[in-house]
Amino acid sequence: MEATNADILSLPTKRAFNKRTLTISLTAFTALAILAILIGGFLSTEKASQTSFLHKNHPPGTEHILGTDWLGRDMLARTLKGLSISVLIGLGASAVSALLALVLGVASATLGGKIDSLVSWGVDVVMGLPHLILLILISYALGKGLMGVTIAVAITHWPNLTRVIRAEIIQLKSSYFILIPQKLGHGPFYLATRHMLPHVFPQFLVGLILLFPHAILHEASVTFLGFGLSPEQPGIGIILSESMKYLSLGYWWLSVYPGLALLATVLLFDRLGHLVRDLIDPHAAND
Amino acid sequence: MATTGLRGIAGYLLKSLTRLILVLAAVSVISFVLVSESPIDPVKAYVGEVGLANMNQETYAKLEAYFGTNVSPAKRYLNWVGDFARGDMGQSLLYRQPVSTVIKEKFGNTMALMLLAWVLSGVGAFVLGLTAGVFQGSWLDRIIKNYSLVLASAPTFWLALVALMVFSVWLKIFPIGFSVPLGVSSSEVTIWDSLYHLILPALTLSLAGNASITLHTREKVIDIMGEDYILYARSRGQKLWPMVKGHVIRNVTLPAITLQFASISEIFGGSVLVEQVFSFPGLGQAAVRAGIGGDAPLLLGIAIISAAIVFGGNVAANILYGLIDPKIRRRGRDA
Repeated sequence: MEATNADILSLPTKRAFNKRTLTISLTAFTALAILAILIGGFLSTEKASQTSFLHKNHPPGTEHILGTDWLGRDMLARTLKGLSISVLIGLGASAVSALLALVLGVASATLGGKIDSLVSWGVDVVMGLPHLILLILISYALGKGLMGVTIAVAITHWPNLTRVIRAEIIQLKSSYFILIPQKLGHGPFYLATRHMLPHVFPQFLVGLILLFPHAILHEASVTFLGFGLSPEQPGIGIILSESMKYLSLGYWWLSVYPGLALLATVLLFDRLGHLVRDLIDPHAAND
Repeated sequence: MATTGLRGIAGYLLKSLTRLILVLAAVSVISFVLVSESPIDPVKAYVGEVGLANMNQETYAKLEAYFGTNVSPAKRYLNWVGDFARGDMGQSLLYRQPVSTVIKEKFGNTMALMLLAWVLSGVGAFVLGLTAGVFQGSWLDRIIKNYSLVLASAPTFWLALVALMVFSVWLKIFPIGFSVPLGVSSSEVTIWDSLYHLILPALTLSLAGNASITLHTREKVIDIMGEDYILYARSRGQKLWPMVKGHVIRNVTLPAITLQFASISEIFGGSVLVEQVFSFPGLGQAAVRAGIGGDAPLLLGIAIISAAIVFGGNVAANILYGLIDPKIRRRGRDA
C-alpha cells in the first residue's frame, strides 16, 4: 500500500468494463431477473402446492433440481413462488415507503415550522423502536396476511430517506435558482415541483433501490416469525420457518436453497443501488 | 475543567432523561393504539375456534372481563399507563404471571446474548474494517469487502438456520437450542452450561450484525487514508503501524462508536430472530409468542423495554463522545 510517485503519475488504466457499462448491464440483468422470478412464480403456482407422496423428501437430483419437501412438493417451484411473493411485497412496500419519504421530506423542509417538528418527531419515534418490534406491533394491529405485512414494511422504512431528502432540500433552499423564482412570486408548490423535485430525484431513486433489500429482508423476517402470510402463500419466510422442523432430520436442501435465492436477490439490488449512487454522486465512489 | 465536564454531562443526562420520557410516552401511545386496533380477538386467540364454539355465554363474558375487551380504549390506556408508572406492567395472559416477572426472567438471557454478540461484532467489525481500509485494493481488502457484502444481504434467521444445521446437526459441536440443558433441574445448571448454550446464537447474531459496520468502517478508513496528514506521515517515512495507530485509529474511533451504538436497534431485532431459531428463552421469543397469542400487555411491555434499550444506547454513545472527543469536551467548557 505504498503510494509511490509512479502510481500517482501513471495514467488511469483502462478497464474492459467501466462503471457505467457495468451499471447499465446490471440494471438490465436485475430487471430481467425480476421478470423471470415473477413469471416463474406465476407459472409454478400450481406446482408449488402439488403434493406427491411418491416423491417425499427427495434430495436435490435430476428430476427435482432443488429436491422435494415432506409432502413431495417440488422445492424449485416453491422457491420461485415464494421469491415472487416476497419480491412483490418488497417492491410494493419500498415504493410506498419511498414515496412517503419524498412527500414527508419535501413537506417538512419547505413548510417548516410545526410540520417539520411533527415529521422529525415521527422519525424519532419510528427509529426509537427496534424495527422488528415495530413490525410485529403493526402486523399485529393489522391482522396477519399479505396486506398487513406490506403496510407494516412500508410504514417502517421511510425515516432514513426522509432525513436525506429533508437535508438536501434545506440545502437547496438557499441557492439562487430557488431564491429568484421565490422573489418573482412563485408559490411553494411550484417551487417544490419545478425546482426541488428534479434535484432530489436522483437521491430518491437511489433511496428507492436501496430500500428494497431492507424491505424484502424484513418482510421475510416477519413472515418467518409467523406474523405474515398463511401457509397457502409460501413466501420465503414461510418456507424457511417450515423447514426448521425438518432441520434435525438432515433435510438441508429445504432451508439452504430458498435462503440462497433470497440472498442473491437482495445482493443484486444492493449492488445495483450502490452502483447507481456512485454514478450519480462521484464523491461516494469509494470502491 | 473536570468539574465543568462533569456538570456538562449531568446537564446532558437531565436533558436526555426528559427526551427519553417523551419518546417513551409517544412509543407507548402508538404501541397501545396499534395493539388495541388489532382484529385479533384475545379471547378467541386464547381459547381457539373450537373452544369458542363449545363455550357458554357465561364463561365467555367472564373471559371478556378478564381480557378487558369490554372497556373503552382510552380508559384502558390510562389504566395501563397509571399502573405502568407504578411499576405494574399488568398480567401476561399467556404466561399467567405479572408481565414484569416474565420480562425480568427473559431480560437476563437476552442481555447476555445481545451483549456478547454486540461486543464480538463490534471488535470484529473494527478490526476487519480497519484492515480492509488500510490495505485498500489488496486481495485482503477484496476478501473482506466481498465477505461483508454477501453477509449484509443474508437474512439473519437464515444464517441462524445454517449455523444450527452445520454446527449442531452435522458436527454436533453445539447444542440444538435452549439456554440450558434439558432435563436438568435449574439448580444444577452451571454457568458453563449457560455459556455453552450461548456461544452459537451469539456468534450468529454477531455475524449478522457486523457486516454493515465493517463496510462503513472501511469507507471511513479509506477517507482518512486520503487525508493530507497521512500523506505527510508517509513522506516523513513513518512506518505503517505507528501511522495507523497514531492517525487512523484515533480518527476512526468516533465514527466507529456511532456505528456500534446505532447497531443496538438492529441487534435487538436480530436477537428476536435468532432466539426464535435457537428456541432461546429471551425477550424476542416472548414478544413473538405474545404477538401470535394476542397477549397485549406482554407485547406492550417488551416494546417499551426495547425502546428504552435503544434510547439508552444513543445516550451512552453521546456520553462517550464527550469523553473521547477533545473537540466536544472543549465546546462543553466554553458554553
